[in-house]
Amino acid sequence: MSRATTESLTATGGGRVGDSPQRPDGNLKVRGEFAYSSDLWHEDMLWGATLRSPHPHARIRGLDVGPALAVPGVYAVLTHSDVPGENLYGLEHPDQPVLAGDVVRYQGEPVAIVAADHPETARRAAARVRVDYEVLEPVTDAETALRADAPVLHPTNPDGNLVRHVRIRHGDPAPAADVVVSGEYTVGMQDQAFLGPESGLAVPAEDGGVDLYVATQWLHADQRQVARALGLPAERVRLHLAGVGGAFGAREDLSMQVHACMLALRTGKPVKIVYGREESFFGHVHRHPAVLRYEHGATRDGDLVYVRAEMILDGGAYASTTAAVTGNAATLGAGPYRVPNVHVDCYGVYTNNPPCGAMRGFGAVQACFAYESQMDKLAAALGMSEVDVRVRNAVEQGSVMPTGQVVDSAAPVAELLALVRDRPMPPAPSAPYDLRELPGGVSNTTHGEGVVRGVGYGVGVKNVGFSEGFDDYSTARVRLEVVGGEPVASVHTAAAEVGQGLVTLKAQIARTELGVERVVILPPDTSVGSAGSSSASRQSYVTGGAVRAACEEVRAAVLARAGAGAGLAGGKVVSAGGDVLADLVEVLGGEPVERTVEWRHRPTEALDPSTGKGFAHVQYAFAAHRAVVDVDVELGLVRVVELACAQDVGRAMNPDAVLGQIQGGSAQGLGLAVMEEIQVVDGVVRNPSFTDYLIPTVLDMPTMPIDVLEYADPHAPYGLRGVGEPPTLSSTPAIVAAIRAATGRALTRAPVRPEHIVG
Amino acid sequence: MTEIRLTVNGVEHAVDVDPRTLLVHAIREQAGLTGTHVGCLTGDCGACTVVVDGRTTKSCSVLAHSADGARVETVESLADGDDLHPVQRAFWDEFAFQCGFCLPGMLLTARELLESTPDPDDEEILRALNGNLCRCTGYNTIVAAVRRAAQEPA
Repeated sequence: MSRATTESLTATGGGRVGDSPQRPDGNLKVRGEFAYSSDLWHEDMLWGATLRSPHPHARIRGLDVGPALAVPGVYAVLTHSDVPGENLYGLEHPDQPVLAGDVVRYQGEPVAIVAADHPETARRAAARVRVDYEVLEPVTDAETALRADAPVLHPTNPDGNLVRHVRIRHGDPAPAADVVVSGEYTVGMQDQAFLGPESGLAVPAEDGGVDLYVATQWLHADQRQVARALGLPAERVRLHLAGVGGAFGAREDLSMQVHACMLALRTGKPVKIVYGREESFFGHVHRHPAVLRYEHGATRDGDLVYVRAEMILDGGAYASTTAAVTGNAATLGAGPYRVPNVHVDCYGVYTNNPPCGAMRGFGAVQACFAYESQMDKLAAALGMSEVDVRVRNAVEQGSVMPTGQVVDSAAPVAELLALVRDRPMPPAPSAPYDLRELPGGVSNTTHGEGVVRGVGYGVGVKNVGFSEGFDDYSTARVRLEVVGGEPVASVHTAAAEVGQGLVTLKAQIARTELGVERVVILPPDTSVGSAGSSSASRQSYVTGGAVRAACEEVRAAVLARAGAGAGLAGGKVVSAGGDVLADLVEVLGGEPVERTVEWRHRPTEALDPSTGKGFAHVQYAFAAHRAVVDVDVELGLVRVVELACAQDVGRAMNPDAVLGQIQGGSAQGLGLAVMEEIQVVDGVVRNPSFTDYLIPTVLDMPTMPIDVLEYADPHAPYGLRGVGEPPTLSSTPAIVAAIRAATGRALTRAPVRPEHIVG
Repeated sequence: MTEIRLTVNGVEHAVDVDPRTLLVHAIREQAGLTGTHVGCLTGDCGACTVVVDGRTTKSCSVLAHSADGARVETVESLADGDDLHPVQRAFWDEFAFQCGFCLPGMLLTARELLESTPDPDDEEILRALNGNLCRCTGYNTIVAAVRRAAQEPA
């Protein structure tokens, strides 16, 4: 019995670019037959378990694996000295040990791994590894960590505990303004909280290498890091995408990948590792908690004169993607506004807190909460409406961002704000009250007394794709052949389907470009070139671009073979006027046409280190929200009544999937606004469970009406604009602004807790 | 280890379990049906939902022993061969899932609701699904899917 691969998906239901065909993996998913990474099975497989540090900072004086090895059923117990290659990995900087050596830098850091014939045996054995810790004082405050006298986490880092400092210097360094508002804002540590915990299966291969089936966001980045840790050439570390139960950034870094491979290579048997929910909280990076100090200056008429900001992002014990997150927060830190003078200092910092890295919104979320809170403050100081002050300063096509980059495609920020503003308001609750429509719900905490309505707005800007000069590309292999008398296109990429619907989109593109009905989507793996990560709202753009480019080459070859024609449609070779010239099946005959294309978007530039100038982002994306809340101001309970969003998506490649991204992203922003925070005290996580870390339930979510604009970006495939992240930015400040409006409280921290409202 | 008997989707299984083996693990690892998922093991997410003797149950919060002799239905039992159940069709049509990890709980809970309340209002739908978490969709499409399934013949 073996269930160790994902299957090819055949898409036959029709649907071109711009349609909303059903997902080709939907049949398997609704039947319970889709193989998630946690469902993989091999007949003689072992189970892996991980021993993690209980301390946020400690020296390891000794390790004794003897008691664990003595447990019946245990096949291997491995520590840092068993790492075959280099005991360091990292997405941007290799600074994180596969297994801790002489020191642990965060609570939950892996120290030893065990393979046994039963998962419970493996867990019990891991608990019997004896570790002699010398507990050290943890550095748990990011600003303290930056002081010269702070203990340094990584002595080899030339900048002490500083991962990256990004400076933006734009315009006049000492501008004068009529009206000045300032504030300090805090954003808590958010968890991606995907439902399917980290898991995978490593199968040792006859060539001394390994096949790893795993839920990840970026197969090739994993492959590079795993191969380095195993001391193997990359071609002997073959990765295959297993079914992914959500990602949201949390699967961009390694978790169990190297551990499973080490155990499989040592024991010669397949090894499966599945994290539980508690372990998952320690198994992946989180959203950076942040402190953001802002000062905005404006003229009496409401024109922004300057923005000054200092942002400190707590990156935790290892770098992960902190450098890129810091770059995003800094370059997008003034928001979607025209600001002639900008001065930003943004710091990403090492501490002994849990490592932080990618989560949907990636640095832009934290900045958006601060600059939007500031815009509301500015509106109040000017006596203007919150929407008017935003519209007055909104960027548009041709505006110059603080990096000096000109916005060179549509930027309908003012229109987005007007759309959410002009929606009809939901009715206010009125007597006789239905408890379920009041804050506190059926807890019966109010019958309407003390309930105050508030309305708030937010708008944000997110970069799409990898920025700052990164060589951002994707690879697609497209094959056109006759199968069973019918032309069939096959699409093979390494792009991770994490739920967003890329499998659907790839089929839509192939149908559009090749004029076929039947499309086979091959399972992603490393036998085709890298697709980059399913992150940064980039796969529709970059892998979509690669699939289209490969289809265009296939089409050109077919037309050359036909010796006539301008395109393919309905299984025929057609002229420019649409006349049928030949049958595609006859042109193809028994000879398939296959092309593999590596496709890049136009290059971006690194930031100037002293001024932050540069063409850093390939595309900007914008969304706006209006939140309507009812607050029980006596108890501090909040009910979000409606969360309206307007977003420009360039081209809605699959309109229903676009709505799903906007609503799902808005929901995660709602979570950050009112409930989601990993509580870390002295470096120790206090709430690593879904009982104590709350994500929105169906009762927490309001209706989310949406306006979608489609202003094509001429630089992007089909004119599309990345969709996934922008709605996660602006929903948080809109909801907090609405709570402020209802309560009159300053509320400078997300998430807002009841004690912030009544305290 | 002791032997218990479970009838899962009409098939009888005799499985050896530890006293502390959870029903979800017996279903997944011994009956070999992995459509039932483990998301939290604390009864919060609902991805492990199955039907035990006619009632939806979070199988991570039930010892396998206490289900000895029970009739268990999992998400795999919903479809009738090639014919999907109306809740399955409606969730697929309405884009009511993305990663799909929550589906076993959402689908079985929705079916139970519609069996007792064939034409539920939105508040009844919300209350029924409150024990099932979804991280992808924001739930609006899930509520729409249940509404749609209620309009379709079973």
